Amino acid sequence: MTEQTPRAEPAEAVREDAAMGVKEGSTKGVAKEGVAEAPAALSAPSPGPAAGAGVGLSGEGLTLAYDRRTISENLDIAVPDSSFTVVVGPNACGKSTLLRALSRMLKPAAGSVLLDGADISRMPAKRLARTLGLLPQSSVAPDGISVADLVARGRYPHQGLLRQWSREDERVVRESMAATAVDDLADRFVDELSGGQRQRVWLAMALAQQTQLLLLDEPTTYLDIAHQIEVLDLCAALHEEQGRTLVAVLHDLNHAARYATHLIAMRGGRVVAQGAPGDIVTAQLVEEVFGMLCRVIEDPETGTPLVVPAARKRAPAPLRP
Amino acid sequence: MSVIRTAGGCSVVFQPRALVTGTVCAVLAFAVAVIAIGSGEYPMSPVEVLRTLAGQGDPADAFIVNELRLPRAVSALAVGAALALGGAVFQAVVRNPLGSPDVLGFTHGAATGALTAIVVVGGGSAALAGGALLGGVLTGLLVYGLAWRRGMHGYRLVLVGVGVAAILTGVNGYLLTRAQITEAGRAVLWMTGSLNGRGWEDVLPLLGGISVLVPLVVLGCSRGLRMMEMGDDAAYALGVRVERVRLVLLAAAVLLVGLAAAAAGPVAFVALTAPQLARRLTKSPGPNLLPSMCMGAALLASADLVAQRAFGESELPVGVVTGLLGGGYLVWLLATERRAGRI
Repeated sequence: MTEQTPRAEPAEAVREDAAMGVKEGSTKGVAKEGVAEAPAALSAPSPGPAAGAGVGLSGEGLTLAYDRRTISENLDIAVPDSSFTVVVGPNACGKSTLLRALSRMLKPAAGSVLLDGADISRMPAKRLARTLGLLPQSSVAPDGISVADLVARGRYPHQGLLRQWSREDERVVRESMAATAVDDLADRFVDELSGGQRQRVWLAMALAQQTQLLLLDEPTTYLDIAHQIEVLDLCAALHEEQGRTLVAVLHDLNHAARYATHLIAMRGGRVVAQGAPGDIVTAQLVEEVFGMLCRVIEDPETGTPLVVPAARKRAPAPLRP
Repeated sequence: MSVIRTAGGCSVVFQPRALVTGTVCAVLAFAVAVIAIGSGEYPMSPVEVLRTLAGQGDPADAFIVNELRLPRAVSALAVGAALALGGAVFQAVVRNPLGSPDVLGFTHGAATGALTAIVVVGGGSAALAGGALLGGVLTGLLVYGLAWRRGMHGYRLVLVGVGVAAILTGVNGYLLTRAQITEAGRAVLWMTGSLNGRGWEDVLPLLGGISVLVPLVVLGCSRGLRMMEMGDDAAYALGVRVERVRLVLLAAAVLLVGLAAAAAGPVAFVALTAPQLARRLTKSPGPNLLPSMCMGAALLASADLVAQRAFGESELPVGVVTGLLGGGYLVWLLATERRAGRI
């Protein structure tokens, strides 16, 4: 059954922001029960050996730039341990850039990203990949690859020239496919799957990597609403049942408010607000971040904030003479 | 996918189809080489050839086999293997079946180097080989330098390579017009790709290169390359040092192609076709490096046998045969890709 990683409660209390996240997470878990139809991550593999250690990811004084175009300056960010952190913000606000920096894909022009207090730029590549996983938006499934073979590639950081496919690899891949409910598809070709199935396969690959931290770059893009919810429910299950720390960039503010235990709102490369969605999502914040008028009501399903955009204003009535 | 596990916790993975494909191609390549060695003005049966190769033939046979015919046969195998491996690496790195050294300008660069050696320097066969290798490597550096912009992108590499190839074609044409007629004849023969009269001195540099570069590519980089098929970001997230692996692979591939060109001239289409044929036989995703190598050796050995023997008295340069076969293959590839809706 559930292979729940024991989480050290005191370790979480150390971080103020983390404590908020966890509280929110537990209330949400209860409220969501009736909804979760997604494949529950029951027999999912636990995150690797690092699990339970409580891996803190943070960025200090980050200046992020492509060539000479600076996206963020002097950005401080902390991902609470064992949170489901979601980063939101308008297009080009630097949220994907931040995710790239956190995963070492983009080298900060200044500042550093710390994992458990150690600068990730100095970590060996495979060691980093055993602690921190990333599901990029741009992945391509090789022509004619089967689901099982693709998921198996997630084991790369655990393998070597003389250790190419251990029994452990086999077990973890099997469990990862079960956790994302793609085990029935194991022998199918990835090309012939639907978008939602394909995204579950990619998630299974990321799970097989057995990282305590998993970064997701817009995991729901190009999916229809049912598949979006399916993928997000799966993420929530991974977070709750396995104690993995998830960091996702999402476009949909309501999804973010519903699933995040810790929300980071960005605009113009800076963090405008962060905290539990219930505490920070207000009409004022939405206007400040997205420049959109709205009303915030309570989500009748989960009790989390629900953003309802303001109706289009009618043209003012003609002036009377 | 099959696994061999040892008691010590070691495990090695292989694809049965890929293993069979590679073995069949290797056996075929060897058999064709033996037939090629046995054929000619002084015919020998395959058994005689094998006995002589094992060191048990009479001295006359030994001289004909070891000094006259073996170098050419070994050249064919080595050039084919090197071109195919280079091609497989390029196609995997740029994620495009057309991304072969023939298309990306490296063989054009090798030709430019060789032409410069013939026309400007007026050197012999050693200078020609050196010029070809240098030309290929410099072109590799040029293309990589022009295409590199905050990391490497497959399409950019292909486009830059095609552009450089076009420019070098012009340069090569210019160099030919400046040449004396005998030099020009020699140059054109070289540019077609030929194995006529190859001796040990021609093939040894290539064998040396292969013995270093093949383990480097196959053992050192192939697993990372397999991850890179999924995109740079995905590979990076799995712990592959993408830029470093790519640089090592491209450098090794450029050297392999350059050394092959130095030994035999820019033999057309082997680098393009061998990996694709191997891939269609193994039916496995991934760069298929070793099956491609065996396929390339078999292809070039067969093409050279055809070039030597199928046209009676007049021997053709092997590049003519591979060009004809490869051109047909290219048309077929474009037609099937088109039918599959990929282009």
